[in-house]
Amino acid sequence: MLKTIRGTVLAMLMGLAALGAQPAFAQADASVQTVTPHPGAPTVSPAASAVAAKPADIQHLAPTPGIGMPTDHVGLQPQVTPIGNEAERFHDYILVPVMTVISIFVLILLVWVILRYNARANPTPSKTHHNTFIEIVWTLVPVLILVAIAVPSIRLLAHQYSPPKADLTVKAIGNQWYWTYQYPDNGDLEIVSNMLKEKDEVSGKERPRTDADGPRLLAVDERMVVPAGAVVKVITTSNDVIHSWAVPAFWVKMDAVPGRLNETWFKAPDKPGVYFGQCSELCGARHAFMPIAVEVVPPAQFAQWILAKGGTLKGAKTPDSTAGSPATEGKPASGPVPIDTPVAGTAAKPATSSQPATAQN
Amino acid sequence: MTDIAAHPSHFHADEHGHEDHHDADHKPAFFQRWFMSTNHKDIGTLYLIFAIIAGIIGGTISGMMRVELAHPGIQYLGHWYEMLHGPGTADQAHHLWNVLVTAHGLIMVFFMVMPAMIGGFGNWFVPIMIGAPDMAFPRMNNISFWLLIPSFTLLLGSTFFSGGTGPGAGIGWTAYAPLSTSGSPGPAVDMAILSLHLAGASSILGAINFITTILNMRAPGMTLHKMPLFAWSVLVTAFLLLLALPVLAAAITMLLTDRNFGTTFYDASGGGDPILYQHLFWFFGHPEVYIMILPGFGMVSHIVSTFSRKPIFGYLGMAYAMVAIGVVGFVVWAHHMFTTGMAVDTKMYFTAATMVIAVPTGIKIFSWIATMWGGSLSFKTPMVWALGFIFMFTVGGVTGVLLANGGIDNYFQDTYYVVAHFHYVLSLGAVFSLFAGFYYWFPKMSGRMYNELLGQAHFWVFFIGVNVLFFPMHFLGLQGMPRRYPDYPNAYEHWNTIATDGYMIMALGMAIFFVNVIYSLVAGPKAPANPWGEGATTLEWTLPSPPPYHQFEQLPRID
Repeated sequence: MLKTIRGTVLAMLMGLAALGAQPAFAQADASVQTVTPHPGAPTVSPAASAVAAKPADIQHLAPTPGIGMPTDHVGLQPQVTPIGNEAERFHDYILVPVMTVISIFVLILLVWVILRYNARANPTPSKTHHNTFIEIVWTLVPVLILVAIAVPSIRLLAHQYSPPKADLTVKAIGNQWYWTYQYPDNGDLEIVSNMLKEKDEVSGKERPRTDADGPRLLAVDERMVVPAGAVVKVITTSNDVIHSWAVPAFWVKMDAVPGRLNETWFKAPDKPGVYFGQCSELCGARHAFMPIAVEVVPPAQFAQWILAKGGTLKGAKTPDSTAGSPATEGKPASGPVPIDTPVAGTAAKPATSSQPATAQN
Repeated sequence: MTDIAAHPSHFHADEHGHEDHHDADHKPAFFQRWFMSTNHKDIGTLYLIFAIIAGIIGGTISGMMRVELAHPGIQYLGHWYEMLHGPGTADQAHHLWNVLVTAHGLIMVFFMVMPAMIGGFGNWFVPIMIGAPDMAFPRMNNISFWLLIPSFTLLLGSTFFSGGTGPGAGIGWTAYAPLSTSGSPGPAVDMAILSLHLAGASSILGAINFITTILNMRAPGMTLHKMPLFAWSVLVTAFLLLLALPVLAAAITMLLTDRNFGTTFYDASGGGDPILYQHLFWFFGHPEVYIMILPGFGMVSHIVSTFSRKPIFGYLGMAYAMVAIGVVGFVVWAHHMFTTGMAVDTKMYFTAATMVIAVPTGIKIFSWIATMWGGSLSFKTPMVWALGFIFMFTVGGVTGVLLANGGIDNYFQDTYYVVAHFHYVLSLGAVFSLFAGFYYWFPKMSGRMYNELLGQAHFWVFFIGVNVLFFPMHFLGLQGMPRRYPDYPNAYEHWNTIATDGYMIMALGMAIFFVNVIYSLVAGPKAPANPWGEGATTLEWTLPSPPPYHQFEQLPRID
C-alpha cells in the first residue's frame, strides 16, 4: 500500500520538479534577461511564461456534484485519498457488518425469548441462574471480535501517522469565523477564505455564491488550492478559539488549537476536483458558517495560481535572498529541484510579494 | 440475591408489627415535610419532580432545535431571539442556537438524568432494598437536593446575561476553553460554571451519602454479594461521582480564574494549554456517561428478573461487570479527543482501552437475555421498556465500538454520527431505563397503579418516535454533517426533516405519559404491596404501597 503511494508520489514529484526547475532555467538565462517587469502584469520571464497568466485568467473549477460534498445518500462520502479508501474499506467491510450482525443477533435472541418464553408458552419458569461455560463464551467471543477489529484499526492509525514526504505544506489557521491558508513553501503566500453568502444576503460589493462556487454554506470566496497528486502537509492552528479543519472526502479532521501547531496530511487525488468540509469544533456564533474548500488542480495550474496570488514558486529565489549573488541557487538546471518541505516560515520573506521572483533581477 | 418474597410469612409478622407503631406513618406538616425533609422517600420524590420539570424544559429546547433544523436556512432563531431579548443581529440569533445546544446538554445531563436516577430512584429504593430505615445522612440528603435549585436557577438565569456575542452561555455542555474563557466575555458563562459547581457539590454529597449508607446500613445478613443489583449500580455510580466530580470542579474552577483573575491555565499565551481543559473535562466526562447509565443497568436487571419470574442470571458477573465498567471508564477519556492532535501511541492506547468496555457491557446484555431465557415472561409496561432498553442500548453500544477507533474518528468526530450514538445510549438507553423504573416503581411510590394501556401506548409511540428521530442522524453523520449547527447545506435536508418528524412522534408519546401519570395519580386503582407477583423479590415489595413514612423499624433479616 505504502509502496504504491510512494510510486505515485514519485511520479508526481517529477511533474512538480519540472515546475520547480523552471525558475532555475530563468536563473540560467538571467544574464540575457531582457524583460522588464511592469507593475500589475506579473511574470514575463521566458521560462516562466509557460505558467504565466493574469489573475483574471485563473479559472476556478466547478465542483462535481456528489463528490467532495454531502448528498442525501446513505453511506460515507466518496473517499478520494489512500487513507480515506483504507478507512472506508475498514468501515464498510468490517465495522458496519460487525455492528449489524451483533445488533441483529441480539434482536433475534430477544424475539426468540419473547416468542418462546412468554408466560403463555412457558408457564413455569426455570430457576437457572448460572452457567459458567456460557458466561465464559460471551466474555471471550466479544474479546476475539474486538481483537479482530483492533488489528485493522491500529494499522489504519499507523498509516495515518506515517505520511510520505510532503510536497507542499499549507498552514490552515482558524479565525472567528473564517480560515486563512498560508503557503510557507511559496513565499508565505496567505489566502483568506470566507464563506460566500447567498444572493439575497450579500451587502455592498460582496460577491454572492453561484453554483460554480459550490453548494450553499460550503462555497468560499478563496479556496485552498493544492496540486493534484501532491502529498499535502496541513498544519492547523488558531488565532482565537478552537476550530477544527475537516474535509470528509480526504478522511481528514484536525483541531486548530490556539498556541499549538497540529499536523495532518492528505494525498491530493490525481484528478482535479473541489472538496468541501466544515468547521468541526464549536467556535462561537458563526460556527456553521466557516466552511473549508480545497481545490485540487493540475500542477501547472497550481503554479499559475500561486503566482497570480502573489506567491513564489518553490525553488525560486526571492528578491531578498538573491539580491547579493544571483547564482547562489546552484541547482543544476536539468535535475529535479528538491522539494523537501521546509519548516513553516523558514523561507525568506517577503511574505506576499506581488511580483514573481523570477522577474526581479 | 435477596429472596424475601419467597418467604412471605416472615414478613406478614413484620407488617402487623408496623400497625402497632402508630407513629410509623406519622408525617410532618407540609412545609416541614417538603422543604426541611430528612426522609429519603420524600427527597426522592422531590428529585423526581425536579427531574420531570427539568426534562420538560430540556425536551422543549430540543424541540425548538428540531423545528429549526427541519429545513435548511434559519427559520425561527431570529423570532425566538426577539421574544427573549428584543431585536438582535443574525450573529446574536446564531449565538442563541449555541445557548440552546448548551442548555439542552447541561439540563439533560445534570438536571434530568442524574437527579432522576440517583437522586430520585436511588434515594427512594436504595435504603429500602438494603433494608435500611433511611439514608446515613438525612440532612445532607436534603441539602443535596436543595443545592440543585440555585444551581438550576443560575443556569436558566444565565440566558439573560451577556455571554459574548449574545446573551447566554453558548459554549456547549463541554465548555471548551478558550471559547469558554476569552471567547465568551460577560457573566453568563460564569453563572453556568457556578451552576455546575453547585450541581457537582450536590452530587458529591449525594455520593458520600450513598456510599456510607450502602457500606454501613445493610440489613443483617445482607452481604454485598446478596445486595440487589440496583444498590450495586448506585454504589458503583457513587464511587464514580466521588472520583470524577472533583476533577470537573477543579477544571471549571480554573476556567473561572482564567476568566476573572488573570490566570492562564488554559491560555497558551501565558504558558497554559487549552487541551489540558479537555483532558480534565473528559476525565470527568467519560465516567459521567457511565454515571448516567449504570443505575439504569441496575433497574433493568430487576425488571427483567421480575417479569421473567426468574432470578438474575449471573448475578456476580452482573455486579462485577458494573465494577469493571466503572474502573475501565476512568482510563478511556481521551477517545473524546482523537482530533486534538494526539500522539499515535496515545491514540492506539485509547482505541484499545475503549473497546475493552464492550466486553463487560456485552456480559450485561447477554446476562439479561439469559435471565429471560427459560423464564415465564409477561409484558407489562416496565418490561417492554426494559426490552426496548436492551435492544436500543445494543445499537448505541455497537456504534460506540465504531467510534472507539481513533483512525475512524477523523471522519466521525463532531458529526451527527456521534450525536446519534450518544442519544442511542442516553435518550434511548438511560431514558428508557428511567421510564422502565418509573412504571415499575410507580405503584410502590404512589400507592396507585398506572394505566397499562396508556403505558403501552406511551412505549410504542415513544419507541417509534425516538428511532425516527435519532436513526437518521447516523446517515447525516455518515455524510459528514457537523454537530451544533443551526443551518446546514441543503443535501442534509432529507434526513433532518425526518428526524424532526420523529421528534413530533416522540412528543406525542410524552403527552401520553403525562396523561397517564396525572390520570393514575388521581384515579388509578389502589396498588397492592406487590403488584408484580413472585418475580419481584427485593425488599420494597414486602412493604405496603406506598411504604410507611418510616420503614423497617424492625430491621429485616436476610437469610
